[in-house]
Amino acid sequence: MRQPMESKINELLQGPIIVINLGLQKFAESLEAQKVEVVQVDWVPPAGGDKEMLDLLERLL
Amino acid sequence: MPSGFVIRKNQYYDSVFLMGISKRIADVPGVQRNAVLMGSETNKRLLADIDICDPQIDAAQPNDLVVAVIAETQQIVNDVLRRLDEFLLGGVQVASTSNPHSFEEGLAQKSNANLAVISVPGEYAAREARKALEAGLNVFLFSDNVSIDEELDLKQFAAEKKLLVMGPDCGTSLIGGIGIGFANVVRKGSIGAIGAAGTGLQEFTSQVHNAGFGISHAIGTGGHDLSDQIGGLTTLAALEALEADPATRVITIISKPPGTKTLARLIERFKTCTKPIIGCFLGAPAKPHETGANFQCAPTIDEAVWLAIRALGGEPDSNKADFSTEERQWIGREKASWSPEQKYVRGIFAGGTFCYQSQQIFRDAGILVYSNAPLEAKNKLRDSDQSLEHTFVDMGSDEYTLGKPHPMIDGTLRKQRILTESRDPQIAILLLDFILGYNASMDPVGELFDAILEARQNVKKRGGNLTVVASVCGTDGDPQDLNLQIKLLKEAGAIVFRSNAKAASFCCELLK
Repeated sequence: MRQPMESKINELLQGPIIVINLGLQKFAESLEAQKVEVVQVDWVPPAGGDKEMLDLLERLL
Repeated sequence: MPSGFVIRKNQYYDSVFLMGISKRIADVPGVQRNAVLMGSETNKRLLADIDICDPQIDAAQPNDLVVAVIAETQQIVNDVLRRLDEFLLGGVQVASTSNPHSFEEGLAQKSNANLAVISVPGEYAAREARKALEAGLNVFLFSDNVSIDEELDLKQFAAEKKLLVMGPDCGTSLIGGIGIGFANVVRKGSIGAIGAAGTGLQEFTSQVHNAGFGISHAIGTGGHDLSDQIGGLTTLAALEALEADPATRVITIISKPPGTKTLARLIERFKTCTKPIIGCFLGAPAKPHETGANFQCAPTIDEAVWLAIRALGGEPDSNKADFSTEERQWIGREKASWSPEQKYVRGIFAGGTFCYQSQQIFRDAGILVYSNAPLEAKNKLRDSDQSLEHTFVDMGSDEYTLGKPHPMIDGTLRKQRILTESRDPQIAILLLDFILGYNASMDPVGELFDAILEARQNVKKRGGNLTVVASVCGTDGDPQDLNLQIKLLKEAGAIVFRSNAKAASFCCELLK
């Protein structure tokens, strides 16, 4: 066994999985139907969708 | 033809929701075409392709909603656009005011999250995935149109942080029995799977369930993971994790053939793995790879299932590979009903893996097939809309799904193609796949039912018979009613198999 059991990947496999869902609401709904703890993010393009502005903002922050 | 459009500033909806609205508008009598899109550059090009051009559209931003309608009369155009709120409200997506609007806000609400599921437009996806990795979350990245450089960057970063990036363009994973994205309801067990092919993982996990066994985890990697550019970073991380996972006793890898360097790297790794490994590299020559004490190759997904069950000490019912007496009788009866000019099979697929696997089975039977997604470039269709001799079409490929719903969600694209094929006097066999599970259409067979009947009728009018061969990928636990879907197919006159490999093999028998 190479991987230490505390690996975050193995933590995920051992569960429970706890999800942040960015985008398609259907995916959050299907996870909720399986009794998974999930927070739905109603994602919108950052900086009004202006990628140049977004790059600029990220450089400033 | 009369047309019109409206732009709603700062009104953002996800693509699945918008496709649902588009479908509702398409059902309005007199509407010829419509587009319901966010104002991204790609979408604006789609609008230009249908001659919807205006400086206001040029100025629209990715978070502005654009709705365009082309209809028989200006009255219909105006009426649909006036009723837009009604369509939007009927689409059911009710944005809760309390839902967060960014990854950071989401994390603030669920600081113990261990997985980010990301399906935002591709141009933003890598940025969001990076944020999730930085915060220590594993990532399931459904978004496509993420560049190979961005993918490599994300996966190298994930490797440093000992995190998993499933994707980009990852459709399916099952983690501890929980289906993420397009996944079937399967029992938990000790077979682990790693898959670059979404429908391939669905077929494998469903068949394991249907054989009475179970899945520990099925980890999607995205289609490029085993290319030499990416070097199998997610596959190797998943392999480590499944090797360490006490619930997993055997590991199956399903993918198109890996890059040469990556395959060599994988085989070296397999040699030191403490658990048996089964490789199913679809499209590869029949016996391509070095095998070892703990590594076996399976040419098809069905055979990968049998090898995995045997590795657990089970005895799979591989007799199911043979055709029953009833099925053999079908072969004789169907062939006798064809008119002399009927000689070709047309496969109209929702699942890319099924299109690919079917081509491999035909190739190994010595039958040449053309495709828009061919095993070898020389067999590529010149025009994807124009079938040639034996043809298999992947209707889920980007050329068909840009701005339109994937055939796993909505049958419209396949319906049209089935009817087109039925007008070709040389068609003898229609090969179809149906995929059940979370997030897939709730009635995939029902959506195509009338088209199958009409197609059969079209051939009958010419004095022939259309043989319809179908496979259903799914389990008795899926949200759709599996038995009802099969019953419907039989009512439509189809011969139904529970595996794509078997359906494709049956077509080969019909053509012998």
